[in-house]
Amino acid sequence: MKTAAPPLPGWIAILRQRLFSTWLDTAVSLLCLYVVWRVSLPLVDWLLVEANWKGQSREDCTSRGACWVFIRARFAQFMYGQYPVPERWRVDLLGLLVLFAGIALSWRGLPRRKEMAIAAAIILPPLGIWFLHGGLGLKIVETREWGGLMLTLFLAIYAGLIAVPLGILLALGRRSRLPLIRFASVVFIEFWRGVPIITVIFLASLLLPLIMPTGFNVDRLARAVIGLAFVIAAYMAEAVRGGLQALPEGQTEAAQALGLGYWRITRLIVLPQALRISLPAMTNEFISLFKSTTLVLIVSIFDLLGIAQAALADPAWVGMNMEAYVFAGAIYWFACFGLSQWSRLQEKRLQAAHGR
Amino acid sequence: MNALLLKFRDRKVRDIFWQVLASLALVAVVAFFVKNASDNMVKAGIASGFNFLWRDSGIEVPFNLTGYKPSDTIWALLWTGIVNTILVSVASVFLATVVGFSVGLMRLSHNWLLSTLAAVYIEFVRNIPLLFFVLFWYFGVLAALPTPKESFDFLGIIFLNRRGLSIPTPNDVSGFHLALLAILVLIVAQIALARWARARQARTGQDFPVWAAGFVLCGALPLLALVAAGAATSWDQPILRGFNYRGGFVLVPEFVALFMALSTYTAGFIAEVVRGGIQSVRQGQIDAARALGLTQGRVIRLVVIPQAMPVIIPPITSQYLNLVKNSSFGAAIAYPEIVAVFMGSALVATGQAIEIIAITLGIYLTIGLAVSVFMNWYNARHKLVTR
Repeated sequence: MKTAAPPLPGWIAILRQRLFSTWLDTAVSLLCLYVVWRVSLPLVDWLLVEANWKGQSREDCTSRGACWVFIRARFAQFMYGQYPVPERWRVDLLGLLVLFAGIALSWRGLPRRKEMAIAAAIILPPLGIWFLHGGLGLKIVETREWGGLMLTLFLAIYAGLIAVPLGILLALGRRSRLPLIRFASVVFIEFWRGVPIITVIFLASLLLPLIMPTGFNVDRLARAVIGLAFVIAAYMAEAVRGGLQALPEGQTEAAQALGLGYWRITRLIVLPQALRISLPAMTNEFISLFKSTTLVLIVSIFDLLGIAQAALADPAWVGMNMEAYVFAGAIYWFACFGLSQWSRLQEKRLQAAHGR
Repeated sequence: MNALLLKFRDRKVRDIFWQVLASLALVAVVAFFVKNASDNMVKAGIASGFNFLWRDSGIEVPFNLTGYKPSDTIWALLWTGIVNTILVSVASVFLATVVGFSVGLMRLSHNWLLSTLAAVYIEFVRNIPLLFFVLFWYFGVLAALPTPKESFDFLGIIFLNRRGLSIPTPNDVSGFHLALLAILVLIVAQIALARWARARQARTGQDFPVWAAGFVLCGALPLLALVAAGAATSWDQPILRGFNYRGGFVLVPEFVALFMALSTYTAGFIAEVVRGGIQSVRQGQIDAARALGLTQGRVIRLVVIPQAMPVIIPPITSQYLNLVKNSSFGAAIAYPEIVAVFMGSALVATGQAIEIIAITLGIYLTIGLAVSVFMNWYNARHKLVTR
């Protein structure tokens, strides 16, 4: 071995060490640079430099870059689908309300934060359905007119609202003392985890009307929400089980010694700690739920991706495939990437709190 | 009454009480659904039972390896779907593993550019829905391919155009059967050789170049056998006639799109698994191996891989299982796999919703069960023995 060369100043040393330490390394780095150059240049060219931004119709797209005019013209559809234009303020208002509640509740200094959170969890979901669907003074908007990003968010949030409590119950059931409850939970979890989500959405849309009493109509969208919720609940249950298993046995035993019953131990001792541990895993399951909502396309419900797909059929905008996909894909990517970064942050905080 | 209450204080009695109550509730709910279903089916005039499987299907399947015709039974249709699911799954598992391992190792490279490129790839595919990729490949990439007349051609024997990928097929496969047999024999020979070499090393301490021998036995000789078999027969080559290529075998664009989407997507997840597995090997192990004077290649082969594999295999198996389940995304672009031909076409044709759903779910559950049985066996066998 040679003696190491004296350290070079600053960034040159770093570059040399991390990119050009050996001949092979140099070759690899140069190859990478070449790939980046060949891929990113045309991409930036198409996305930004040569792109068309202004105009109303296809004729305004004259240069060879992307035709963002198309996204502009159809932006409202990407957001709301066929939701009637005069009623769209309801969606906006609900969005603002949820956003406001979310920000307020994540502020740690909020007085009576716990009570407020419970109140929001009880009030907001039915309020949301009333806002979007109408009735009681608001004009009714059938679910088949819903679409776009609004529908994607609706599916993810409402399926999540069912899946989280159901998943927690299933996880508790799986670790129950009672063999029958344990067995039922295991069968439920493994069944839904074992089948593709597409088949579940098919199953929900075909079987739910069949197993309900005649004349009782389950809304098309509700079927999709229920199907998604069941599958994600099974995955959530496994995430929560991880948290339950990570909790030392002594916690429960100490609570038992204090004379607490099962439900009080679960509510006051076990769940608060276990859920904190499984929060990152649960967030990851929520990300996969968010991605799975795209599958409702199969039963002709037009979420964000479905609207993008439907837009390709518009004769006034032939050949806008790439623009539609890039726009929809970017929204999914930012949402999922943001969530996964948040989940990583939670994990780090957790590790810091445990001093590991 | 008091005695009864006292009994309820007993945990055993209480446990039984709650379980009986829970099972009664479950039975009641199921009975309610079953009754509704049978009422509704009687009303709709649908006969239940599995006899429909032996009816003629009358459904056209554009891409099949089973020689299926629309005059065949629905059972044959299901079988065609299963074969197509297996075909696309096996092909994608192969490519996903190759890409996934490469990207996972690149991610660990000390070269900053290489590892950043790998990270970009991983974050890109993991944060976008799979359905997006399937549609993107199908409607975005493959639809933009040239017409058959202006096909991309590879060496004048393979042609890619918007009708799919045309590849030549051998006219006589008997030579390939012989070659396959020869390959099987060689694999057995390789295993025997490895065992003998290990036993000898344990006895005498002498090393034997098993890997070099294996490369010749399982790599070079089979290749020769295949080339010989290929040379011995004539080939049915795709040739442009009129507007399309005739002859050879056409991999339809649906297959190509699903294959590309599934393998590139799953590769992102496999890469993370590989990275985690290799990082789980403690640095001390590597330092100790280096201190013993092992070369870099041997450190990786004898110390890192044997310890990383037990960590990598279980999650990678569940990624494979996910891939098989995700092959059902083919239904979105009408690739004729199980869900598309059976849950889609056959269900519309026969109306036997419950039976068809039960069979489809049963197939996926069976695959899942088989994989988890394998995984338990593997885990039990490869549990790290610590002393």
